[in-house]
Amino acid sequence: MYGRKVKLRFFFIILVLITLILSVFLVLKSLEENVVYFKSPSDIKTLSETNKNKIRVGGMVKKNSISIKEKKLNFIITDFENEINVSYSGAVPNLFSEGKGVVAEGYLKDKSFFLATKILAKHDENYMPPEVKAALEEK
Amino acid sequence: MFKLLEPNKIFSVTSKAPKYVLFLFIVVLSVGLTEALILSPEDYKQSHAVRIMYVHVPAAWITLGIFSSITFLSILGYIFKIKNFFLIAKSLAPSGFVFNIIALVTGSIWGKPTWGTWWAWDARITSMLILALFYLMYLLAWRIYENKEQLYKITSIITILGIINIPIIKYSVDWWNTLHQPASINILSKSSIHSSMLFPLFIMTAAFALFSLLIFLMKYNTELIKIKNKGLDRL
Repeated sequence: MYGRKVKLRFFFIILVLITLILSVFLVLKSLEENVVYFKSPSDIKTLSETNKNKIRVGGMVKKNSISIKEKKLNFIITDFENEINVSYSGAVPNLFSEGKGVVAEGYLKDKSFFLATKILAKHDENYMPPEVKAALEEK
Repeated sequence: MFKLLEPNKIFSVTSKAPKYVLFLFIVVLSVGLTEALILSPEDYKQSHAVRIMYVHVPAAWITLGIFSSITFLSILGYIFKIKNFFLIAKSLAPSGFVFNIIALVTGSIWGKPTWGTWWAWDARITSMLILALFYLMYLLAWRIYENKEQLYKITSIITILGIINIPIIKYSVDWWNTLHQPASINILSKSSIHSSMLFPLFIMTAAFALFSLLIFLMKYNTELIKIKNKGLDRL
């Protein structure tokens, strides 16, 4: 029905697409370490060595873990398997609160202590009016 | 059937369409903005900042949709040598680019009060920036090259390279840890956006789609007039 040239061009495009998808997939797979924006406390636990580079740690702020001592804000980031202590001085975003997502940028002192230079709040995918939230909490 | 593809026949429809589309766009946009800015509730956590979502999310959807359409049209145009498809793709690109920029800028404005930063080099945001660069390359290619055959090839190559980025944008939030939150609306599962917030979101999406259609028709009409002026009787 279609000419020979049309068929050849069709297979050419398919080949180009498959090649591109495979190569991009391979590149991203091998760069996985660097594509992730932050590491979880469990990832930190499995690190072979702690280096001096700036990294980001993310997870939930553990409930009842925020404390302020000598202008230092201390809290615990947890991924419900492992946790890490974080110390920070400076302003925090409005959405930073206990039981909510957080990403801390800074330096690892050791595998259980993190000195943050910047705090970002991570918003989750849930959107609802305050009344609905209150009703959900009552349940 | 192919009689319909004569520039004059197409033009007789597309030259009249913009005023109706414009009217519909204004109506839908007014309803959408009233819903999004006044009638919809504030969010339990981010309060009024949630209203940025009603511009951000539709703009992102439309820009992804337009780039996919441009690629689809370019590939079909290349395989079957249909010049009209390239012109449609060319006319779609400007509004896609504009919505890409809108998505990036509104995301940044939302990010400052919620995340605490204007910009983060996470996978979702970076891949969205790469899409904007592909749009820019595509639009520039149409301005740089004169030779039609060369144009069709180069723009096709740009779209094929760019299309690989689309699934990366879509799934970046599921594959990797990102600062950007995962998708709230899934076809298969229940949406994690409350229904009172979904309605303005969909109305705004319809409004933006109409705006893209309007810009597309205006651009496409210009292309058809150019063809007519050159005295060519078919595409």
